[in-house]
Amino acid sequence: MASLVDRHTGFVAALREAGLPVSVAEGLDAVRAMRVVDLLDREALRAAYAATVVKRPAHRVAFDRLFDLWFPAAVGDGAGAPPERPARTHGADGRPVPAPLDPRVRLRREELADLLLTGDDAGLRQFARTAVAEYGRPEGQDAWFSSGVLRALSPGTLMAGLLNAVLQGRERGGMAERIARRTFADRIARFEDLVAGEVRRRIAEDTGVERTARLTVRPPLERLDFSSAGRAELDALRREVYPLARRLATRLVQKQRRGDRGRLDFRRTVRASLASGGVPLTAHYRPRRPHKPELVVLCDASDSVSAFAHFTLLLTFALREQFTKVRAFAFIDATDEITKYFQPGADVADAMTRMAREADLVWITGRSNYGHAIKVFADRYGDAVGPKTSLLILGDARSNYGELSLPILRDLADRARHSYWLNPEPRRLWDTGDSAASRYGEIVEMFECRNLVQLAAFAEELA
Amino acid sequence: MSESTVSEVVPGGTAADGAFASPADAAARLADVRYLTDEAIATTVFLAQVLGKPLLVEGPAGVGKTELAKAVAAATGSELIRLQCYEGLDEARALYEFNYKKQLLAIQAAPEDRAWQETHDDIFSEEFLLERPLLAAIRRTGPTVLLIDEADKADVEVEGMLLEVLSDFQVTIPELGTVEAVRRPFVLITSNAARELSEALKRRCLYLHLDYPAPERERDIVLAQVPGLEAELAEQLVRTVGTLRALEVKKAPSIAETVDWARTLLALGLDELDETAVARTLGVVLKHASDQERAVKELGLG
Repeated sequence: MASLVDRHTGFVAALREAGLPVSVAEGLDAVRAMRVVDLLDREALRAAYAATVVKRPAHRVAFDRLFDLWFPAAVGDGAGAPPERPARTHGADGRPVPAPLDPRVRLRREELADLLLTGDDAGLRQFARTAVAEYGRPEGQDAWFSSGVLRALSPGTLMAGLLNAVLQGRERGGMAERIARRTFADRIARFEDLVAGEVRRRIAEDTGVERTARLTVRPPLERLDFSSAGRAELDALRREVYPLARRLATRLVQKQRRGDRGRLDFRRTVRASLASGGVPLTAHYRPRRPHKPELVVLCDASDSVSAFAHFTLLLTFALREQFTKVRAFAFIDATDEITKYFQPGADVADAMTRMAREADLVWITGRSNYGHAIKVFADRYGDAVGPKTSLLILGDARSNYGELSLPILRDLADRARHSYWLNPEPRRLWDTGDSAASRYGEIVEMFECRNLVQLAAFAEELA
Repeated sequence: MSESTVSEVVPGGTAADGAFASPADAAARLADVRYLTDEAIATTVFLAQVLGKPLLVEGPAGVGKTELAKAVAAATGSELIRLQCYEGLDEARALYEFNYKKQLLAIQAAPEDRAWQETHDDIFSEEFLLERPLLAAIRRTGPTVLLIDEADKADVEVEGMLLEVLSDFQVTIPELGTVEAVRRPFVLITSNAARELSEALKRRCLYLHLDYPAPERERDIVLAQVPGLEAELAEQLVRTVGTLRALEVKKAPSIAETVDWARTLLALGLDELDETAVARTLGVVLKHASDQERAVKELGLG
């Protein structure tokens, strides 16, 4: 067991490697904090580290994972003593009986159902530890997997029984059921998390903490590739988009405020000077008329950029709430206006499904055809772009070797006040295959935008 | 010119009476003033005090960020000084300014034969200084909690000023010299994260992300705030609010709204939260028409 100082430096190094900007001063703060909290209280230690080195909510998941690896709750079998008897019943042929028929597994499932029903978190943690010891290592292998535990106990299938237990014959399908269902779904997810954490701890014991950390910790949200984001991460990204749009809006306002202050309000200035014997100490200005930026968003909604499209549509939606004048258009190979689905106050999930159902996007091929999309846009909605408009195009510029409509785009870009293109592909892939990145890039300034950091950087650029 | 105030700085806590002895002590004393903490909150507040560092608290609206500052002040017997941030907040409103009108009067009332230099020194003295929250917090000798509320609303320039004040707890007034803190205030900065605060500011602060509370803690909060509420109804209420928050509504219900809802149910004499009760009182927790529609659909209230 390494000394506490080694543990600390190793932990901080791992945090940095995972993309958390932990400065030397913050590391020292953490050490100072450790001197005043009870080191045997693991949650207090976690809180001390979190308060000193984690300064963004998006970093918290990576932090918690690494903390669990560096400061594990238990060593070896830990408090969950090794199972006294085999966890599985073996049949006459020496192979384990299938889990649903195994009485020992059934017993465990009942135990789990009780814990889920009461919501006893400490008990659940203890149970997860034992369950991994029992089912986490498939027979004949020496690696740990959470899938073995989840397959044997299949916590998802306990739902029906749990609902029956709390609803006690009350009407199904009502509000009570929905609320109970969500509560149990949360607890089951919590159990799955605990199992995954315990499995990581076991792996770390076998193969070393550093290695495990590198394999299991995903990059923090703001550096996560839009295209490789899972469902839960997309949800998290969605929550990050709103503050970003708000920030963009405030930046635009600030920019304009920093300019000249508007005309002198002579009357107010003179009236105020009466209080100081006719000396005008404070000058009052008329408020400047707010400048309303107009935004036209044109985004690729095809499959090749689906994760990105999902995300940019959310960005569009968020922008729509912040600015009065936003018009949004989506294209695959035809183009349709989608502004109406994104009314301020509308529900974002609804808007997305309605858009997918009603908007006239797919023309023939179902693959993005930039040339046709730009042409249709210019023909049908060309007047949306004017001298006050910022034109924002979101897409990977892969036109499946089709027509590019460069002159039409040039014309649009010339008419707009600014035009920008966000490309979700890494810059090194631009111009490979059917990508027309630099040919479009010559007309419209193109930015690589693969994660929140780059999007935020662009937001600053726009303002 | 008057000399600067120089005294020994007592880092918040160690010598001060009213300081928390341990995270558990912090939790217990905050609970005494009816602020229920969890382990992370109690530990972080304790650390902020012992290390003498400002505490930055971020999180959605209505999870009790400002309340925390008030509770810390009440629990430690400190005075609460509050600086509310807004767009256009400047040094004159945050730190200090000279009372121009009074200065003007003093100049006009000065005898003819008095030298200008004398008058000048006179009008830039303590008497004409209007102290604003930051300076007030630094100069106070008693225990103080300085709340810098909604720091994300202020302009970036204000952050620069905060950095200067919070790193050394001193302020330089050109005409008066440097004012140093006699006793470091407990500083709590809140932010709704409408704007990302600068890295430099975050580095100087301890950080606490306050989120919607766990169901058990929220139930206890509601029970503490609304006497006479049945525990079972509180449990139902908290679960329902949790479900509403999970719907990703535009404005998720805050703790304050949960408490309001509990009061509403009590006032209406409802002892169970069934579909009709929720449908009747949904406006207490959801303040957007689209959110209400969504809840009605998702909860099957139709």
